[in-house]
Amino acid sequence: MRREPRIIEVRQNVLKRNDLLARELRREFREAGVGVVSLVSSPGSGKTALLERTLTLLQPRFRVAALVGDLATENDAARLARSKAPVKQIITGTVCHLDAEMVRKALDGWKLADFELLFIENVGNLVCPASYDLGEDMRVVLMSVTEGEDKPLKYPTIFHGADLAVITKADLAAAVEFDWDAATRNIQAVRPGLPILRVSAKTGEGMDAWLEKLAGLR
Amino acid sequence: MHELSIAMNIVEIAEEEAKQRGVEVSAVYLKLGPLSGVVKDALISAYEMAVCGTSLEGSRLVVEEVPVVVFCPRCREKRSPRSFQWLCCPECDTPAPEVVQGAELQITALEVKDET
Repeated sequence: MRREPRIIEVRQNVLKRNDLLARELRREFREAGVGVVSLVSSPGSGKTALLERTLTLLQPRFRVAALVGDLATENDAARLARSKAPVKQIITGTVCHLDAEMVRKALDGWKLADFELLFIENVGNLVCPASYDLGEDMRVVLMSVTEGEDKPLKYPTIFHGADLAVITKADLAAAVEFDWDAATRNIQAVRPGLPILRVSAKTGEGMDAWLEKLAGLR
Repeated sequence: MHELSIAMNIVEIAEEEAKQRGVEVSAVYLKLGPLSGVVKDALISAYEMAVCGTSLEGSRLVVEEVPVVVFCPRCREKRSPRSFQWLCCPECDTPAPEVVQGAELQITALEVKDET
C-alpha cells in the first residue's frame, strides 16, 4: 500500500461563517428598520467622543442605541450612557476586533425594532477589524488630525473597506499643522471616491453634515 | 494580530472538508490578496499553532499571494495598479475604485494522503 499526495479542489472563503452570520444580521436589521453604523479607528482617535456627542444630538429625533467593543473595562459604555441612550459594552478579552457573532450575542435582550439607528464602536485597531463584516449598512473609518496625514497609506485595507472617512479633532488641526489636502489625497489614493467629512466633537464643527449622513440611513 | 483566529477558521474548514470526504490532509492551499488584511508570514506561524491537537497536525499551509487587480473605468480594462496604496490605472492614471482581485482569503485546495 502506497500513500501518495493527491490534490482535491475546494473553494471555501475562510471567513464564510462570519460572512453568513453578518448577512443574517443585515437581513434582521433591515426587517426591523434599523440603520446600522460601525466605527473603526486606531485607539484614541476620538470614536467615543464623537459617538457620545452624536447620541446626544440624535436622541430628540431618533431612537438610537450603541454597542461598544474594547479589550477590557466598561469605561466607554459608562461614557456613552451619559447620553441616556441604551448602550452595551462588548468586552473582547484578548481579541483585537469585533466579529458578527459578538454583535449577535450583544444584541440578546434588545428588540431591534425599538431602535432606528444602532452604532457599533469597534475595538481601537486599524488592522484586524477590516476582515470582519458586522452586518452594518455603513462602515465609518475615523482618523484624527493628530495622527498624521499618511494614516491611510499605512493602513490601506481598513480605508479600502470603509464607506465614509471622518477626520476628527478638527479643532486641533492648526496646532498640529495638519495638511488637509495631503490627507484627502492619501484617502483618495487607497479608496478612490470615498466621501470624507471633517468634524470636531468638541466644537461641533462638521457635526451637521455627519448627522445628515446618519439621518440618510433611515 | 488576528491571524490566529483566521488560522483556526482555516483548520476548522479543512477538517470539515476532510471528514466529509474521508481523507487525511497533508497540506492546505490558500489564496491570499493584500486587501484581505492578513499577513502571510504571521498566518503561517499561526497555522502551526492552530493545527496542534487536531487531525491536521503536521500539515502545511501553502499560501499563494495574488496581486491587486482593478478595473480601469477609462481603458475599460483590468489593470494591476503599481501599489495597493494607489488604486489607479498604471496606463492612464485614472482612479480605479473597482477591485476585481486582491481581497482573497480563500481555501482553494487540499493535498490529501491517498491510498493507492
